Parts: sequence; C-alpha cells; structure tokens
Amino acid sequence: MTRKQRRLTLIGLAGLVLASAVGLILFALSDGIAFFATPSEVASNPPPPERRLRLGGLVEAGSVVKDGTEVRFAVTDGKAAIPVHYTGMLPDLFREGQGVVAEGKVDGAGLFQADTILAKHDETYMPKEVVEALKKSGEWRPEAAAEGPAPETVTR
Amino acid sequence: MIVELGHYALVLALALSIAGAILPLYGALTGDRRLMAVAPSASLIVLVFVAFSFGALTHAYLVSDFSVRNVVENSHSLKPLIYKISGVWGNHEGSMLLWVLILALFGGLVALFGNNLPLKLKALVLAVQSAIGTAFLAFILATSNPFLRLDPAPAQGRDLNPVLQDIGLAIHPPLLYLGYVGCSISFAFAIAALIDGRIDAAWARWVRPWTLAAWVFLTLGITMGSYWAYYELGWGGWWFWDPVENASFMPWLAATALLHSAIVMEKRDALKIWTVLLAILTFSLSLLGTFLVRSGVLTSVHAFASDPARGVFILVILCLFIGGSFSLFALRAGTLAQGGLFAPISREGALVLNNLLLTAACATVLTGTLYPLALEAVTGEKISVGAPFFDMTFGPLMVPLMIAVPFGPLLAWKRGDLYAAAQRLFAAFVLVLATIVVGLALAGTSKALAVLGLALAVWLITGSLCEIAFRVKLFRAPLDESLRRAAGLPRAAFGTTLAHLGLGLTVLGIVASNAWNTELITTMKPGDTVEAGGRSLTLDGFLPVSGGTYSGTAARFTVREGGAVIATLAPEKRLYSVQNMPTTESAIRTFGLSQLYVSLGDIKPDGATVVRVYWKTLITLIWIGAVVMALGGALSLSDRRLRVGAPKPARRGAAVPAE
Repeated sequence: MTRKQRRLTLIGLAGLVLASAVGLILFALSDGIAFFATPSEVASNPPPPERRLRLGGLVEAGSVVKDGTEVRFAVTDGKAAIPVHYTGMLPDLFREGQGVVAEGKVDGAGLFQADTILAKHDETYMPKEVVEALKKSGEWRPEAAAEGPAPETVTR
Repeated sequence: MIVELGHYALVLALALSIAGAILPLYGALTGDRRLMAVAPSASLIVLVFVAFSFGALTHAYLVSDFSVRNVVENSHSLKPLIYKISGVWGNHEGSMLLWVLILALFGGLVALFGNNLPLKLKALVLAVQSAIGTAFLAFILATSNPFLRLDPAPAQGRDLNPVLQDIGLAIHPPLLYLGYVGCSISFAFAIAALIDGRIDAAWARWVRPWTLAAWVFLTLGITMGSYWAYYELGWGGWWFWDPVENASFMPWLAATALLHSAIVMEKRDALKIWTVLLAILTFSLSLLGTFLVRSGVLTSVHAFASDPARGVFILVILCLFIGGSFSLFALRAGTLAQGGLFAPISREGALVLNNLLLTAACATVLTGTLYPLALEAVTGEKISVGAPFFDMTFGPLMVPLMIAVPFGPLLAWKRGDLYAAAQRLFAAFVLVLATIVVGLALAGTSKALAVLGLALAVWLITGSLCEIAFRVKLFRAPLDESLRRAAGLPRAAFGTTLAHLGLGLTVLGIVASNAWNTELITTMKPGDTVEAGGRSLTLDGFLPVSGGTYSGTAARFTVREGGAVIATLAPEKRLYSVQNMPTTESAIRTFGLSQLYVSLGDIKPDGATVVRVYWKTLITLIWIGAVVMALGGALSLSDRRLRVGAPKPARRGAAVPAE
C-alpha cells in the first residue's frame, strides 16, 4: 500500500464514522427529544398524541387524587389546567401548590399520561422552566422565589 | 481572624499565579533561565497558600463559625463531623475552592517531581498551569468568595442540602475533580509543546502517566457518583444521561482516546498532532463541564444556587482558554513533524479506530447535551434530550468499538495480521457462539437483543483473557514456563488486560440488570408480602428513626427465600427539619452480584405505603467493572517503564538525570 492509499483509507474510515455519527444524531433528534410546554399552550393548541412533552407548572391545589400507586392531578399555570395521570411513586418534593414538571404524552381523551414526574424545589425554589411558564402567564410572584440550593427529585 | 487570613492567602495565591504565568513564559520565549526557574517555586508557594485558604474554610466549618455566610448557608452545628468536612465542597464557593486546590496540587506535583523535564518544557507547563489557576482564583475572588462575613451572625446554620448529607459527598467530588483537573496537566504539556514547537516520543512518555492518573480518578469519580445516585435518589437508576453526568462523561471519553493515542505516539512517534489536539480537547471538555455545572444554565441535581454573573465569568474563561488553545493549535500544529508510517491493519490502525469511535461517541454526547441550550438560544423553544437520544446514538457507536477491542492488543505494530489475531481469539469466538445459542435457548427470542449484549460482554472478557493467555503461552508451553513469562510481562500489559476485562464486566452488568430485572411498585400494609427475584418480602411494620437534623420512619421488611429468613431491610422516609425537606433512603441488599432494592413512598395514616421493589440481576458488575478498569489504569501507572526518566532529547544542553 502506498502512503497515499494509507492516508485515503484513514480518511475514508474517519468519514464513515463521522457520517454514521451524524446520521444517528439526526435520526435520534427526530424521535428522542421532548418539547417543553405550559398548560395554556397545551390547552390552546393540543399536540399530536405521539409527541413527547414536558409539561411544567404548579400542582393545582386540591386536585391530587391517589389510588394505590395511581395518581391523578392537574398542572396549572393560572390560566389553564391540564389533567395528568401517573402510575408510580411520586418524588419526595411533590406537593400541591408547588412546581412540577411532568414528562409524557397527551392521550386521545386530552389526559396527560406522564411516565416521569420531576419536582424540584424547596420552600422557595421552582424549576426554571416553571418560573418562565408562570412569567408567561402573568402568574409569577417574585417574592415567592428566592435564591437557594435546589435539590431535585425525580421519579420514573 | 483565620477566615480573613484564608481570604488573604487566596489573594496572595492569585498574585503569585499571575507572576508564575507571565515570568516563566517570558523567560522561555527569551531564553532567560533565571525567569524560567521561577516557575517551580511559584507553583509550590501557590499550592501552600491555596491549601492554607482551604484549611481556613474547613476550620470555619468544623467550629461552625456562623459569622461566615458560606457556613451559615450550608452547615448546622448538629451535623455529623464528616458532613461538616464534606460540606466544605457541598456548595458552589467551596467546590470551586476545591477545584483550585487540586489544580495547585497538580502544579506542585509537576514542580516537585518533574526533575527530569527539560527546563524550558517544565517552565512552560507550569506557566500554563498558573494561567489556569489565575483565571479560576480571579473567578472565586470576584464572584464566589467563600469567606464573606455576615453581621449580625445567626445563632444556627441552615443545614446542608439533605441529599448531600451522605458519605458519597465526601468521596465523589474530590475524586471527580482529581480527574477533571488532572486533565489540565496534559493540556499544559500540549500547549507547552505548541509554544516550544517540538514534540517527540519523550513528550508522550511524560504526558501518559499524568493522563493515566487523571483517567483513573475520573473513572472512579464517575463510578462513585453513579452508585451514589443509584442508592440515594431512590428510584433504582444508575445513569440518567443528565447533562451534568454527561459533563463528566465527555472528558472521560476524550481522556480514554488520549490514553490510547499517547501509546501510539510514545511507541511509534506517530499521531503527534492528533494527540496534542486530544489533550486540548480533553481539558476543554473539563472546562465545559465546569461551565455547565457552575453557571446555572442547566437545571440539575448538581446545580447549586445560580448567579448570572458567574456564568458570564466562566464563559469568558472558557472562551479564552478553549479559543486561545485552538488558535495556537491552528497556528503551530503544522510545525510539528509527522513520523511513523503504518498499515491500516496494525496496532496503530486499531488505536486510530478506537480514537475515531470514542471521539465520535463523545461528539454525540456533546450534541445531545448542548442542543437544548443552542435551540433555546436560537428559537426560544425548550426541549429536553433524554435517555432515548443517547441510547440511539451512543450505543450503536460503542458496539463496533467493543467488537474491535480484543483485536487491538493482538495486532503487531506497523503491519498486523488480522487472520492470526482472529486465530488467537478462537476460544473467545467459541464462547460467544455458545453464549448466543444457550442464551436464545434459555431466554427465548424475545430477549435476543439482551443475549447479543451478553455475547458482547463475553467477547470482551474472554477476548482480553485470550490476549494475555497468548502472551504467556498458556497451555501451549509447560505451566512453569507460562508463569515465568507472566512474571516477565510488563505491568502495563496486565493493565491493558484488566482495563478491557473491566469494560466487559461493566457491559455484562448493564445488559443483565436491564434485561433480567423485576420492578414492582405497589401499595403494602403491614403483614403484606411481595415476590421479587425469587425471594419474598414481608412488611413487618414501622419504627421511628432520628439522627442529626432529621427524624423519620423506617419500614422493616423481612426477606425470605424458600421459607427461611435471609435478611431484613429497613428503607426510611426522612424529614430534614431545618430545610423542611423530605428524603427517601432506599435499602439495598446484595446477593452474590445481584441486588434487592427497596424504597418507600408516602406512608398513609392507616399504615399503607407505596413501595418500590427492584431485583437487579448482576447490577453490581457495572461498578465493579469500572473499578477493575481503574485498577488496570493504576497497574499500568505503576509500570517501571513509565517511571524511568525519559531519554535525553537530542541537541539539548540541559542534563536530564534518570531517576
């Protein structure tokens, strides 16, 4: 093999690996991601049932109904509330009136079927996405949030 | 007073770092030996000052000095001693101080033990280290000063985040930082080589042990973090493709590639430019990781309080170092001479393939981590990239790499014989086929993918053993000759085998625990029994527990196998009163290499509670494999070849004493 052929083999191999990496990324980006949405956005513009969403807002006070391992609650941003159904264990920090992010899909009946619940707050903290969602809907009260360590708990 | 001295020492360290960056660099450029000789002493004194400063902060934590704001925010007088110490770095300011301490430590080690380095190279390396130190010391003093006082001082602190009150915090960050920051040394060597315009096999010989050491620590740090998340977060996962995990995983991938390309450079004087690029890339990814974690752009378990000023400051440091080093690379890389030709099928060729796949995999992780940030900045749309993305991109790139791993060490340098290598792997081929046949027969075609995964793990494990068996002529020569040959092999050869074997064990753990696990989420009352992994769990009742700054409830489970009691488990639900934060403490019991994992949900007044029970087959192999990999690295590091002084560079006045 000449020096040139060796170099071409190397470049060809590098190109092949690079092309497969790019191909995999493009393929995965069309399928493996979730969009963030607020309850008002979901209510006014229902997403297609196959799209994965992260729904962020507050757990509506008085909406939590637990039945064994099944939980139903509503996520609200003050303008709209979306009913959520989830089976499993809730994170430690899941509470009514507190910030929450639910990940899953909206089913045909308009019920949000969550497979992951994230609650990240202490008494004064909320997830960044939730803060922005509340700001968007005008429900944001800055005095309720302060800087502080922000533990996160997650359940899948 | 001690607090003020600590603060002052930090300022002095900054001043000295500036001097330690500029003077030796100027000396190296003008050939002034006296200025170059400033570098080691400056680095050592900076280490002393930073260590004093860190000690001062630790002291404030130990005596619970609540006039210090950082202590108030992260400590409590009732907290156990170990968490008072680890609490020093359980917050943003303290963790940055630890970062700088470890940076200074590495600089000090080069200053102390780098006697066999040419004066100019040593001066340049230490100057680069000092420049990094300058940036981060300035960052701490300007935006994240841990020594700020509070007046009036409160009587009690606000306690450390309960999730962090764990032995994991004492071990995970220091190990991880040793790995992250350790990458700065190979970066400094790369920059020094680019400034100096010369690079040779001896350079690779100096760089490899430092990279190897950093890699060992990074491996252990990531492993520890993974196990910590597994038992602390209470939902049985061990890797979440969380952006912060990715931030530590990317430098690991790049450092693994660097380790392998440095071998080619050391032995064959080839791949020079690529190795330098990888060294720059590895530390750039470490810096990017620091930025992602410390700037608050991400929402994560690891993000402490966020402050935009900090993000901007770290972004500036990031641009300065990454931009600067890549510009220097673009300007100077052409001046480094290329050497060493090799055929595509050869040891070098295999290592190039390793590098290509590892960097491509690293690029996919980088894309998945940064894409949401970029998309939000450009379109304002918020997305999250989760595990499915990484499973689809990272996984397929790892498979060819793992298939290739056993071939690599069996190929000769320069021109290898793939057929001969395959013959030596005959035993591994047979075992892989046996695994597939037996696996499909027992588990059925529904688990075909898992069986193939198992086959891959078997291939890695037996393949790496085949290599060492070939080298010692096992079963082809009398046993005593094999033993004699084994004793004569360099430790690095065993290191390679062990590291590749460890990879196989980790793959085995991942595949088995994913495919053969039981997950139950159910409501239980005292007296109820559930089955998992062939064992039965009975909830006996609840007991109150308390300690430190928490109180809570423990549930007592009795585990029976065939009617006989074999274990009791006591998962807890705790409430940390100071931060008013509930946590879940899972209970884990290891049987062989598999684990039974129980964690609790809310306990209702009637005693019913949601319980999560897992049986995870062979899950401990995930971490055991990683520790075996790190052991392999450590064994390689202890190889005499790496410790002996490198050969004297040609046409050099400076004497290079051998150790």
